[in-house]
Amino acid sequence: MTEQRIEPMLAESARPGAAAIPAPIVVAKPRTRRPRRLGELLEREHILAAVLLAPTLTILTVFIAYPFVLGVWLAVSDKVVGRPGAFVGLRNFDVNIHDAIFLRAFQNTFVYTFIATTLKLALGMLAALLLNNHFRFKRIVRASMLLPWIVPTVLSTLAWQWMFDATFSVFNWVLMNVGIINKRILWLGDGVLAMGCLITVNVWRGMPFFAITLLAGLQTVNPDLHEAAQIDGANAWQRFWRVTLPLIKPIMLVVVLFSMIATFADFQLIYVLTRGGPYSSTHVFGTYAYEIAMRAAKLGQGASISLSLFPFLLMVIIFQLWYIRRSD
Amino acid sequence: MAVRYGSPLKRVMTFHVPLALLVVATLFPFYWMVITSIRPDTELYNVKMNPFFTLHPTVKHFEYLFDLTLFPRWAWNTLFIAAVSTGISLFCGLLAGYALARLQFRWAPPLGTMIFITYLVPPTLLFIPLGDVVKTFGLGDTPWALILTYPTFLIPFCTWLLMGYFKTIPREIEDCARIDGASRIRAMVSITFPLAVPGILSAGIFAFTLSWNEFLYALVFLSSPQQKTIPIGVFTELVRGDVFYWGPLMAGALLGSIPVALVYSMFVEHYVTALTGAVKG
Repeated sequence: MTEQRIEPMLAESARPGAAAIPAPIVVAKPRTRRPRRLGELLEREHILAAVLLAPTLTILTVFIAYPFVLGVWLAVSDKVVGRPGAFVGLRNFDVNIHDAIFLRAFQNTFVYTFIATTLKLALGMLAALLLNNHFRFKRIVRASMLLPWIVPTVLSTLAWQWMFDATFSVFNWVLMNVGIINKRILWLGDGVLAMGCLITVNVWRGMPFFAITLLAGLQTVNPDLHEAAQIDGANAWQRFWRVTLPLIKPIMLVVVLFSMIATFADFQLIYVLTRGGPYSSTHVFGTYAYEIAMRAAKLGQGASISLSLFPFLLMVIIFQLWYIRRSD
Repeated sequence: MAVRYGSPLKRVMTFHVPLALLVVATLFPFYWMVITSIRPDTELYNVKMNPFFTLHPTVKHFEYLFDLTLFPRWAWNTLFIAAVSTGISLFCGLLAGYALARLQFRWAPPLGTMIFITYLVPPTLLFIPLGDVVKTFGLGDTPWALILTYPTFLIPFCTWLLMGYFKTIPREIEDCARIDGASRIRAMVSITFPLAVPGILSAGIFAFTLSWNEFLYALVFLSSPQQKTIPIGVFTELVRGDVFYWGPLMAGALLGSIPVALVYSMFVEHYVTALTGAVKG
């Protein structure tokens, strides 16, 4: 759109070279290209950031933040499938504290998490140290070591369930034929033994995660440090404890915290292997919440069990954030 | 690299033996899956026979799987859901990662932390109310229930990974493009994103394997057999009451694991980068 401007007679602001014409001139104003509104807006960082983050924030708000609030409301209500719930304050939590199965699940969840994480850390460290050498089939070994982590948990857990089967367990077959036992062990039939089996499968599945990330950490350690320590007379154990360990502590901590959160909130493994049995002795928070909410249809009660996860997770996350901020 | 000294015997004892034990322990359950899926029923349920091999391999279990269950349908469902949720998560993660890594705006640090905080609410905590939300949207028993909820745990991961990746791309490249007249968006899409392709690949593969692996949401939101994914289908439909059909079960477990294992094996380095990148980042 051209704009016109009427030049006054004495055009002091006339462009250089123009003659002063004693008559009004119609001059076309130079047209600067206006960027489209939207494009202009998106040049500004605030707007662009908002637009770019919008999809993510929408999904996270609708499917995490809102359900979380809803979950808290459910936990303080007496909602049962089929009829609306009413506010009952902390009654669900009171019921939980007096529920023997809940207390057992509480204990199981912590025992499961701490023992499994410790074992995963130890074995993962061992595996990482072994893999930190050059040997002929290194690439294949390293790749196949991650398989337990890659393969869907349910499917590999089913294989373990078959391996622990009361009648046909391969472990029993081997032990009996070697002569160590003469009666079949009911691997998943006894509360404590079943917990042991659960921890074993969890360690089998989770150890590769530790191994691969710790290996990455080990590879950042300068080998000159080891040589220097060796020259000073340190043996292998001392070298590990005094040189390697302090240097990979940061990555160890991150891995441990991540893994603890996932193990604490575990559901798949226990549900597939024992469904919380025998006689509800291997329940953890996740499986017990499922049982109460889905099987017994007590949504409010189930939500209160789920929510019991939250304090611990909160502590872990706060610790993790503090640790990251501290080393920034 | 660890420095190794000592006699060959010591080396065998402290290195080769532990390594061999580790590999055997790691891979044995998979061997078990394979061998069970090809042993005939008569041998499977015979306590006397040596379970480690069979002289009469059979494909009957696989036939059972394909003829008498909806396994092919489950496989399709799982693939579809994993692919679309990975796509959505990569899209969101790319944009969010770019915004958090490159743009300066007041809410950047708290938002970065908030995305991290989503790990405070794992599926085990959310599944009960989320079931309600899914039903409200009318998505119950459809793949969309999963396609829209899987990104809740895939997006944070993709965002971190890509954020870290973007931070390694020098700003100057984009600035040059902008001096040449490109708009911010143009520079982002045509310059920065192509440079981040390895990171996108890593994040995508990791996200794909994570979705294939998911169980709880699929268990809670899906009910009819045609809608199930492989993990759920194999687990619920191959067990009638107390009777486990171990042959087809292991066949299903094997076939359900192969696609993910294949994708993984083609991109091992990318997967490892994703794993270690997430932990370090």
